[in-house]
Amino acid sequence: MSANVSPDNAVGKKNGLLAWVDERFPLSKLLEEHVTQYYAPKNFNLWYVFGVLAMVTLVIQIVTGIFLTMNYKPDGAKAFASVEYIMRDVNFGWLIRYMHSTGASAFFVVVYLHMFRALMYGSYKKPRELLWVFGMLIYVALMAEAFMGYLLPWGQMSYWGAQVIISLFGAIPFGIGDAVTLWLKGDYIVSDATLNRFFALHVIAVPLVLIGLVAGHIMALHEVGSNNPDGIEIKKNKNSAGIPKDGIPFHPYYTVKDLVAIVIFLIVFFAVVFFAPEMGGYFLEHANFIPADPLKTPEHIAPVWYFTPFYAILRAVPDKLGGVMAMGGAIVVLFLLPWLDRSPIRSIRYRANWYKIMLFVFAANFLMLGYLGIKPATDLYTLMSRIGTLIYFGYFPLLFILSKNEVGKPLPDRVTYHGHGRAGEAS
Amino acid sequence: MSATSDAASGPQDPGKESSVSTAGLDVKRRRTLVRGMAAVGGLGVAAVAWPFVTSMSPSARARAAGAPVEASIGKLEAGQLLTVEWRGKPVWIVNRTEQQLGTLSVDASRLSDPDSTQPMQPEYAANEYRSIKPEYLVVVGICTHLGCSPTYRPEVAPADLGADWEGGFFCPCHGSKFDLAGRVYAGVPAPTNLEVPPYRYVDDGLIVVGEDQGAAA
Amino acid sequence: MAGITSRLAAALPLTLPLTLALMLGAASAPAWSAGAGAALETPRIDQGNVRSLQSGARHFINNCMGCHSVEYSRYSRLAEDLQLDETDVEANFIFTTDADGEPTKIGSLMTNNMTKEYGATAFGVKPPDLSLTARSRGTDWIYTFLKTFYLDPDRAGTGVNNVVYPGTAMPHVLWKYQGWQELGEDSHGDAALTLAEPGVMSPDEYDTMISDITNFLGYVADPIKETRHSMGVLVMLFLLVLLVGSWFLKKEYWKDVV
Repeated sequence: MSANVSPDNAVGKKNGLLAWVDERFPLSKLLEEHVTQYYAPKNFNLWYVFGVLAMVTLVIQIVTGIFLTMNYKPDGAKAFASVEYIMRDVNFGWLIRYMHSTGASAFFVVVYLHMFRALMYGSYKKPRELLWVFGMLIYVALMAEAFMGYLLPWGQMSYWGAQVIISLFGAIPFGIGDAVTLWLKGDYIVSDATLNRFFALHVIAVPLVLIGLVAGHIMALHEVGSNNPDGIEIKKNKNSAGIPKDGIPFHPYYTVKDLVAIVIFLIVFFAVVFFAPEMGGYFLEHANFIPADPLKTPEHIAPVWYFTPFYAILRAVPDKLGGVMAMGGAIVVLFLLPWLDRSPIRSIRYRANWYKIMLFVFAANFLMLGYLGIKPATDLYTLMSRIGTLIYFGYFPLLFILSKNEVGKPLPDRVTYHGHGRAGEAS
Repeated sequence: MSATSDAASGPQDPGKESSVSTAGLDVKRRRTLVRGMAAVGGLGVAAVAWPFVTSMSPSARARAAGAPVEASIGKLEAGQLLTVEWRGKPVWIVNRTEQQLGTLSVDASRLSDPDSTQPMQPEYAANEYRSIKPEYLVVVGICTHLGCSPTYRPEVAPADLGADWEGGFFCPCHGSKFDLAGRVYAGVPAPTNLEVPPYRYVDDGLIVVGEDQGAAA
Repeated sequence: MAGITSRLAAALPLTLPLTLALMLGAASAPAWSAGAGAALETPRIDQGNVRSLQSGARHFINNCMGCHSVEYSRYSRLAEDLQLDETDVEANFIFTTDADGEPTKIGSLMTNNMTKEYGATAFGVKPPDLSLTARSRGTDWIYTFLKTFYLDPDRAGTGVNNVVYPGTAMPHVLWKYQGWQELGEDSHGDAALTLAEPGVMSPDEYDTMISDITNFLGYVADPIKETRHSMGVLVMLFLLVLLVGSWFLKKEYWKDVV
């Protein structure tokens, strides 16, 4: 034993094993930095639970995914039947599979709400630009993960969805497009080869990237500290001990608060799993209960709901390359948000009224595009999609111009919080 | 729990210097709540773990494939061995001759477990012949050492097995020897007698392997 | 102003998923792929009604399974879920043989012996497996399909056509029970089916029969449904207990926060 674990050393006395570990691995230090002495603003509202819920969903997806791979067969001739085998013959296979399919949609629900929170409270602004970029990369990886996972049940929607999305790469000009789609598919059509490689990417490659990005996202967050609904830095007001006056330790205060949110989330999640796993055909599409048939396209194909806003943008542009570029651009432009919004005010609470209106219109428009992406392309819907696409892309340059000289409301010195404290003590 | 003590040691100046104040903390109430939640949560974790654990047990397909199998023994001649597959394993049925049955009672001292005291057979086969009917032996043809399948060697005193070989089963992997009731000889690697599976007679010429005697006909 | 905004903002995460759910709910009806826009009728069925499922299974196996398999389902599971004795199922439901010529075993999948080639020769297309039809087309579709066969001299092969699936290759297998219908007009000038020649069943009896078959196909497509629902209730109750506990825990700790 080294000298600093002497009998009068408090840590050594408390827990010999922990001290032994701490000398070799920064366990206590990590826990303090990220949990017990990570000071988060005390004024978080409900919008601040979606990050933790995304983590919960990630864990659900990884665990259920591991157990699904034990019985799934990534083989064009066996994949569909192996899913039904899981659903019927494997003990509790139905539960594991429904948790995974519901988890995919739940992931996007919480991630979209998490992103909208960032828009409302300016969480992407300096010094959190990289945090936002990490988040966007997670979002893109998640879309790739969801898309490849959706092929695996090998139903009609799986098959034709993959066919359509892979064809998007055919829009690449200079004769490269066709070569790229052929390379992606590994065959002249979406086939066993495609299924097998999507399986490899879905269960190994993308999850590894996702976990790495999530780690980066959290490290970046804990480096700069959490934003809050008032959008002011709690680090500017520290006490003599160097602790932010408006900060409280993440554990136990936010662990117990997040626990409530997690339980509520689980109630909604398991209500879907047990009572409506198909969610009216939006989480599990009806046509996907028919095995993949390369000779017959289903009557109406639409991507799963979480892709539909971008799908609507794709269809709004009457040109293949243009549509693909618009769709890609709709995602790329989000990466640039920290530099497009030039207002120093973070939170919507203190921003100018025009911003509140713009953000509301942007969010409503996004939902509208999502709805239009589900519907067949009639004349009216196509017109609406085009208007929606213009609104979507109009938001960013307008924000860039207007935010330069924004006149908002005065910012408070300290965060807004009304304590519940013990009777007679609350200030 | 440690968090409670952390919080308790924090600054006590409400509103001004710190946002955490544990003045007037009811430690007992807090401890009760934490323990109650830990108990309920633990129950939840166990309940969630169960479906995942049990999903790795044999599925309905595996169980259907492992269902009892019928074996017709009416045409099995004396001294002959019939192999049937049950749960993917070879099950031997040997129609032992009078002379072969006679070898079983010769020299018990050479055997590890001559009286079948180890639970390697159903109760109804825990007898001198390790079978329901003396002439028909039913055993799982898997060596109890490391899982090889022994060979049936009915001949007496062959050159390779020595002069005292009276017929039985010989495992080529590691040289384990069993007699014609599947009992293991002393001084070989295999620790126990060959396993007798559950089986029953439907009639004189038909055996069901995988179902106990006395199970619903 | 800030107070109202924050309260509104706090309410949004609750309302947003709700709005989304309502939107999805409203849009879910047309998501079924109904054939040719024919109105689908909803049968009065209940997957918890074991007698209806037993009757449906019997009718299905006697009338349909010669051509249509339900290849993801097992006889043993059917026996268990429908509260039937395995020996009864073996005696009354299993008419096929396995590759060795032995009667199909109770643990086997419910396939039939029709080859793809034979099906294609006889009907022009192999009769599809019906394990999941109730999930791809819906029980309403199955019920209405079984109900709306009518005589059509233009259909050379089968002599019949169908309202929800025009041009179907399937003959009216259940004609003996339903009789023959003809397509005409009702008093409003809308298309309507009339019974031209009655079958051995009254319209009500026939309706019960096809409702039971539909119910059975609903069961086969989602055999765990009843278990799922009852288990789901327990899970919800447990989570509510957890919610109450975690709420008090949160309130207790947040008394510290001033």
